[in-house]
Amino acid sequence: MSDWPLLSLVTFLPLVGAAFILLIRGDTAVVAQNSRSVALWTALVTFLLSLLVLGNFDSSQAGFQLVEKRSWLLGFGIDYHMGVDGISLWFVLLSTLLTVIVIIGSWHSVQDRVKEYMIAFLVMDTLMVGVFCALDLVLFYIFFEGILIPMYLIIGIWGGARRIYASFKFFLYTLLGSVLFLVAILVMYLQAGTTDIPTLMATEFAPGLQRWLWLALFASFAVKVPMWPFHTWLPDAHVEAPTAGSVLLAGVLLKLGGYGFLRFSLPMLPDASAYFAPLVYTLSIIAVIYTSLVALMQTDMKKLIAYSSVAHMGIVTIGIFTPNALGIQGSIIQMLSHGIVSGALFMVVGVVYDRIHSRDIERYGGLAERMPAYALVFMIFMLASVGLPGTSGFVGEVLVLVGIFQTNSWVALFATSGMVLGAAYMLWLYRRTIFGALTKDDLKLIKDMRPNEVIAFAPLLILVFAMGIYPAFFLDPMAASVENLLVQIGASPATDLALH
Amino acid sequence: MDSQPAFDVIPALPELLLFIAGLLLLVLGSLRERDAARLVTPLAILSLIVAAFVVIGGDKTAAPILGGHFVHDSFAAFLKVVILAGSAASILLAQGYLRNQDLDRFEYPLLILFASLGMCMMVSANSLLALYMALELQSLPLYVMAAFNRDQLRSTEAGLKYFVLGALASGMLLYGCSLVYGFTGTLSFTALADLLRPGETGVASLGIGALVGLVFVAAGLAFKLSAVPFHMWTPDVYEGAPTPVTAFFAAAPKVAAVGLTLRVLMQPFGAVAGEWQQIIVFISVASMLLGAFAAIGQTNIKRLLAYSGIGHIGFALVGLAAGTERGVYAVLIYMTIYVVMTLGTFAAVLMMRRQGRYVETIDDLAGLSRRQPMLALAFAIFMFSLAGIPPLAGFFGKLYVFMAAIEAGLTPLAVIGVLASVVGAYYYLRIVKLIYFDAPAEAFDRPDRVELQAVLGVCAVLVLGFILIPGPLLATAQAAAAALMP
Repeated sequence: MSDWPLLSLVTFLPLVGAAFILLIRGDTAVVAQNSRSVALWTALVTFLLSLLVLGNFDSSQAGFQLVEKRSWLLGFGIDYHMGVDGISLWFVLLSTLLTVIVIIGSWHSVQDRVKEYMIAFLVMDTLMVGVFCALDLVLFYIFFEGILIPMYLIIGIWGGARRIYASFKFFLYTLLGSVLFLVAILVMYLQAGTTDIPTLMATEFAPGLQRWLWLALFASFAVKVPMWPFHTWLPDAHVEAPTAGSVLLAGVLLKLGGYGFLRFSLPMLPDASAYFAPLVYTLSIIAVIYTSLVALMQTDMKKLIAYSSVAHMGIVTIGIFTPNALGIQGSIIQMLSHGIVSGALFMVVGVVYDRIHSRDIERYGGLAERMPAYALVFMIFMLASVGLPGTSGFVGEVLVLVGIFQTNSWVALFATSGMVLGAAYMLWLYRRTIFGALTKDDLKLIKDMRPNEVIAFAPLLILVFAMGIYPAFFLDPMAASVENLLVQIGASPATDLALH
Repeated sequence: MDSQPAFDVIPALPELLLFIAGLLLLVLGSLRERDAARLVTPLAILSLIVAAFVVIGGDKTAAPILGGHFVHDSFAAFLKVVILAGSAASILLAQGYLRNQDLDRFEYPLLILFASLGMCMMVSANSLLALYMALELQSLPLYVMAAFNRDQLRSTEAGLKYFVLGALASGMLLYGCSLVYGFTGTLSFTALADLLRPGETGVASLGIGALVGLVFVAAGLAFKLSAVPFHMWTPDVYEGAPTPVTAFFAAAPKVAAVGLTLRVLMQPFGAVAGEWQQIIVFISVASMLLGAFAAIGQTNIKRLLAYSGIGHIGFALVGLAAGTERGVYAVLIYMTIYVVMTLGTFAAVLMMRRQGRYVETIDDLAGLSRRQPMLALAFAIFMFSLAGIPPLAGFFGKLYVFMAAIEAGLTPLAVIGVLASVVGAYYYLRIVKLIYFDAPAEAFDRPDRVELQAVLGVCAVLVLGFILIPGPLLATAQAAAAALMP
């Protein structure tokens, strides 16, 4: 198995499935059904292959593994270079898993242009896996920016009423950030003579240049994360995107920003990262507190969860720039947890939206009476989002907060207060939708979850508890890589890991 | 040069072949009463293809011939292949349209054939005299082609406008050439390069008189490139000319003009790059910005593509502004990809036909994805590629020119370029939005010609597949760029 280009297989298998779906012809209903099946099987096999990546991964090694390298763009020394380390490994798995789940989740809810829909999601799968495996900056950029195309189409075709505005805003806003990243890539290439990521990590850029490069990278990643005040595209995109689009947007695409900070800004530009850390802290604290307050005021369920994403990602960016082992590991766990929990919460909203066609919190109330299983699922994810001990959300937040306490206790203080607000808006949302008297007429006939919805939620529920109860399983493979990262940036030796 | 016999014409074999084929077909066409076009068209395409193979197989290292006026090097060979392929594709594209509009006269392929001859000579020109003659040989058929639909006011207006402004540009070019000749005493590029090579002082410099001449030459070339501020003719001519003619204008002649500009600026005036760099930087920035902003308001797809073409020339000139071998390399890659994208886009535009009538507003594309999903997909691929979004070929064109610019220390130019490409992305996205997001309009007619579908399909595959097999194009372009450098 070790000779196989496993990562390329995981990356490009969905593309093969997409090409296959493109060839399906015939009656609309038959095409739709066949497209669903092909997409599901492709995504499942891709996920299983990505589990093989996990199986072949050696946790004791810090460097990149399962490396593939081929010469590609002549004359510039830009290679096709793939590999994973402890940091990217989990994101690959998150991408392949969420793709399977969104395909199951939209089995019945999407009836319009099913063929194109499934193709778009399989292409997304390829690009998401590729972006986390790429070990060449240009290759990374191609995947990173290529994601815009299917996501633009997903929001624009299957989105809500203001889908066109949202899709343009999403595309152009992210593109604007990304092109500066491209300029930074080219400048780094000219300084180092290569776009090879491992080589660039060992390259030292002049301090003055580092700051410019850091700002260019920041323009791209801060939009992706998104950090306050670059977050305004997110509520629009989330609200208008179809459920599956929101899940991948929140679950994977936002992680690209955090991943970018971890993979590029910290190891390649350590001096500038230290220099700009206060800026990141400030913006993150504002994000945590301000967007939590904004979330409290929302009347639209998806918008509320979208704002909560900005707040949660604020915790992530604080953790990344601590920079110590606790903070970084915490931020990775927090990203994974947020990917699962907020993705699940968007699906939770999607379940009732498919039935009532409204995301207005006012439209609901007393759902516990008709939908007990739904109420339970909602509660678990809601509590995970709040950070209840025993769930994944707790582990990430605690690690980040302990990490930042060692660096700057004021930041920790503000971040903690933001989390209290987080509990407030989530619990309030839950109370208004699930509890109370069931008075609305159309709600009296609402049906509980369908089997495909239960199947889609099950793995996420298991993961939320697995990460909450036995986080070491997730922390161990990344430990060596995080240590290595800290050595690269010349930070203080890592403190003992909590929870070990 | 003196050792070369004056009649050694072997390196010019492709041009001779085109010339003889053109004359023979002209006679043949006039002798046949009916179905002349049906006979001449395939033969013209065949001549272009044969000429392209002769270029590929020929010796690319020969010294200048014909008294030093003509040179056939790897650089010229690369561009000739692109030009000939683009011209052949343009003839193919036009067939359905010409037949539907009752325009299928045998002059059409012949005009393209003669224009291609002019273009091949443009990229092989090695003196100011050859430059001017080749340029005129290329331009005259183009003027006629713009007015090819002679019964239509719009088409004749386009032809006249193009001719008058083109003549003005030629005048400027010729004036510039005469100034350069007057102040340096030579027309030959080789001699000019020797003259301007940094001497004992180590600093190359162009006298003020010759510099003014160079500015005029650059202005004349900028007109042919349709670069700002000499772009005014482009939207009107693009809109007025019959659509397949517009497709031709947007592809091969642009490559030839870029090739000629590269040779003039890099070879004879390469040593004084500092003197012309500012001009190119300005033209490049102005073209990128105008192309990006002016296209936003357009509703006619041909006008929109005209502004898009202006913007693309701006991007290509970013590579020239670098003034390095990498820059030339980048421009060659950019133009090759540009030709493929452009021809593909126009092939798609030529399929916009309802009940036999060709439609041109972008609103006609609404909801295309529901009626003709494959055409919609191809259209979207070209739009994203023109916008420069990876993983499509258009991205790589931009990647290389920006890389060359940053390498040459022109980072601000690259930053302006990437920002302009974001603005430009807006109007390409708007077309994708119409195709995919909007409610369907009436369906287009089924294309009755297989050639159109073939060109569309091949271009789409090339744009999609470039990322997989970039090697051949990159390697050839590298050799071509190296040949241009002293």
